[in-house]
Amino acid sequence: MIEKTLKGKPAYWIWLAFLGMFMAIGAACYIRQYNYGLGMTGMSRDVSWGLYISQFTFLVGVAAGGVMLVLPYYIHNYKEFGRITILGEFLAIGSIVMCLLFIMADLGQPMRALNVVLHPTPNSMLFYDAIVLNGYLFLNILCGWVILTAEKKQVKPPKWIYFFVYLSIPFAVSIHTVTAMLYCGLPGRHFWLSAIIAPRFLASAFAAGPALIVVACLILKRVAGFDAGRKALNKIVTIIIYAALLNMFFVGLEFFVGFYSNIPGHKHALEYLFFGLEHHGHVYNNLVPFMWAFVILAFGSIAALSTRAAKENDFVLGMSCLALFVAFWLDKGVGFVLAGFVPSPLHEITEYYPTMNEIGVTLGVWATGFMVVTLLYKIAIGVEHEVEG
Amino acid sequence: MDKQRRKFLKIAGASVVAGIGAPAVIKLTSTPALASGHGTPPAHGEAPAHGHGSSEEEAPKGVRLGMVIDLRKLHAQPELMDNAIEACIEAHNIPQLSEEKIKQEVKWIWKMPFNNVFTDYSAYHVSKKVTEHPAVALCNHCDDPPCVRACPTQATFKSKVNGIVGMDFHRCIGCRFCMAACPYGARSFNWQDPRPYIKKYNPDFPSRMKGVVEKCNFCGERLALGKEPACVEACGGSGAIVFGDLNDPKSELRAILDKEFTIQRKPTLGTKPSVFYIV
Repeated sequence: MIEKTLKGKPAYWIWLAFLGMFMAIGAACYIRQYNYGLGMTGMSRDVSWGLYISQFTFLVGVAAGGVMLVLPYYIHNYKEFGRITILGEFLAIGSIVMCLLFIMADLGQPMRALNVVLHPTPNSMLFYDAIVLNGYLFLNILCGWVILTAEKKQVKPPKWIYFFVYLSIPFAVSIHTVTAMLYCGLPGRHFWLSAIIAPRFLASAFAAGPALIVVACLILKRVAGFDAGRKALNKIVTIIIYAALLNMFFVGLEFFVGFYSNIPGHKHALEYLFFGLEHHGHVYNNLVPFMWAFVILAFGSIAALSTRAAKENDFVLGMSCLALFVAFWLDKGVGFVLAGFVPSPLHEITEYYPTMNEIGVTLGVWATGFMVVTLLYKIAIGVEHEVEG
Repeated sequence: MDKQRRKFLKIAGASVVAGIGAPAVIKLTSTPALASGHGTPPAHGEAPAHGHGSSEEEAPKGVRLGMVIDLRKLHAQPELMDNAIEACIEAHNIPQLSEEKIKQEVKWIWKMPFNNVFTDYSAYHVSKKVTEHPAVALCNHCDDPPCVRACPTQATFKSKVNGIVGMDFHRCIGCRFCMAACPYGARSFNWQDPRPYIKKYNPDFPSRMKGVVEKCNFCGERLALGKEPACVEACGGSGAIVFGDLNDPKSELRAILDKEFTIQRKPTLGTKPSVFYIV
């Protein structure tokens, strides 16, 4: 089936070349970082995780979001998702690849990464995260490939694969739960020390992941003649709306707990994110525009997705889903991780600004993920076309 | 070393660095006679009570090294704090980064205003004597260290022999999970090669490479040689910093803890810090 990636229209090759360019830039930036050290980034003693780990956190959600197609199709026998579950599984593969690359990019000593395996440490959440992420990657490769092969041969998938398909559902939940546990089990980081982090992560994942799949479906409809079907897309939109509303509800609960209890430690990070935090006469507010953009885009896209226009018009649907994806990226891929470091354990405020080199590496990883997803989608749709003949 | 106080360290066994070798017994007592008293378990209720009104006390077993920092003495002789910090920098080859790289600095023990070190204590109408003088921060060598819990490779670990929270610089993968986990900001990362920034190289302690985390190690390497921690030694006989075994009821450390009112940093988090302060 891999040969399907080797034939395509000029636009396909231009897209691959475009991604390849960013991958090359990312690789060059990474070599610089590898040689000099993570001092090439904007991270600091106080803000010791930056863009890499926040992208990782967000993309775990995108990977987990694919389960919102797998679950209705395989558990509830919702046939309309039959054509697109494979897109969810392949998006998960691309997302996990990005997650693993972002973790590697963030390591100070990447050549020692295998120490996590050589010295397994069950009290560390990172140990479990490594297990579930690699497990979920394996499950999606296995299930996606076996089911697609069966489709190509026009036979039913073998019965044993359903064990792994069902297994992938709790794994999808687990990857984002364990990722939340990286944060919410740390004493002294008030913003992260909240039991609602895992549910909030899952809610935003089940909105952002499917939103990206909808965008992908609409693009594939235009460029590859693959129609997911309006009924399927509209059902995904329903899932997205509910999940997105849940995420906003959970964010609201964080505000209630912080501001009604009036405990300074519970308010600081929220104040820093949304209003700016005053300290020694200086107001630190570099994330405020991002967070209000998140709020406006999130509610705006939820409202737009609820209209009749989104149910009928591809452009409205696509833009709304894109806006929602960007909104939740701002929430989790920018705000959540960075705000956990404000204020520092010694109540000082250090603001984080990524460097150009760091942004180069980040774009390179995203391009790699899109490349993986593009190639996998090319295969999936090639098979689809072949079967439909 | 100061003769009057006749402090000395008795070390049985080999190295305590990185927990290598036979079990070591480290003691720091005020008189030689008391040194022989090691090993007797402390009477019930002698272990210092810990924060939050909790009745939970640490099980006093084995050696648990700790420290009392007398801020009154450090305020009376401000040069002591500078000497202690300087001694630590020299003993551990700590890089001194330039001003523009200060956000990525490395520090093991450092000066900071009282309200930064003790973030849980109200700053409203607080005594001038504490606001006008800096406090000093370092790793608390917690009895229940969150950094050790977070580390995915056991590159940071709590020594079973003496309770020191140590680092294996050769195993650390530089994920910085420990830095996120530490509620005291005690950990530093080598964002670049630190070696060009070492002012005076000390061949007795390894310098680090880029990409690994480091922090105060309670001078495990000096204890193994029968020396006091560098910061304690730098304070001479002032008694500004007293080091010893928290589980030894006859230690000078315990005598001070029994007599003086001491506080710990963020005791409500349950980390059980081994560094105490007299304000």
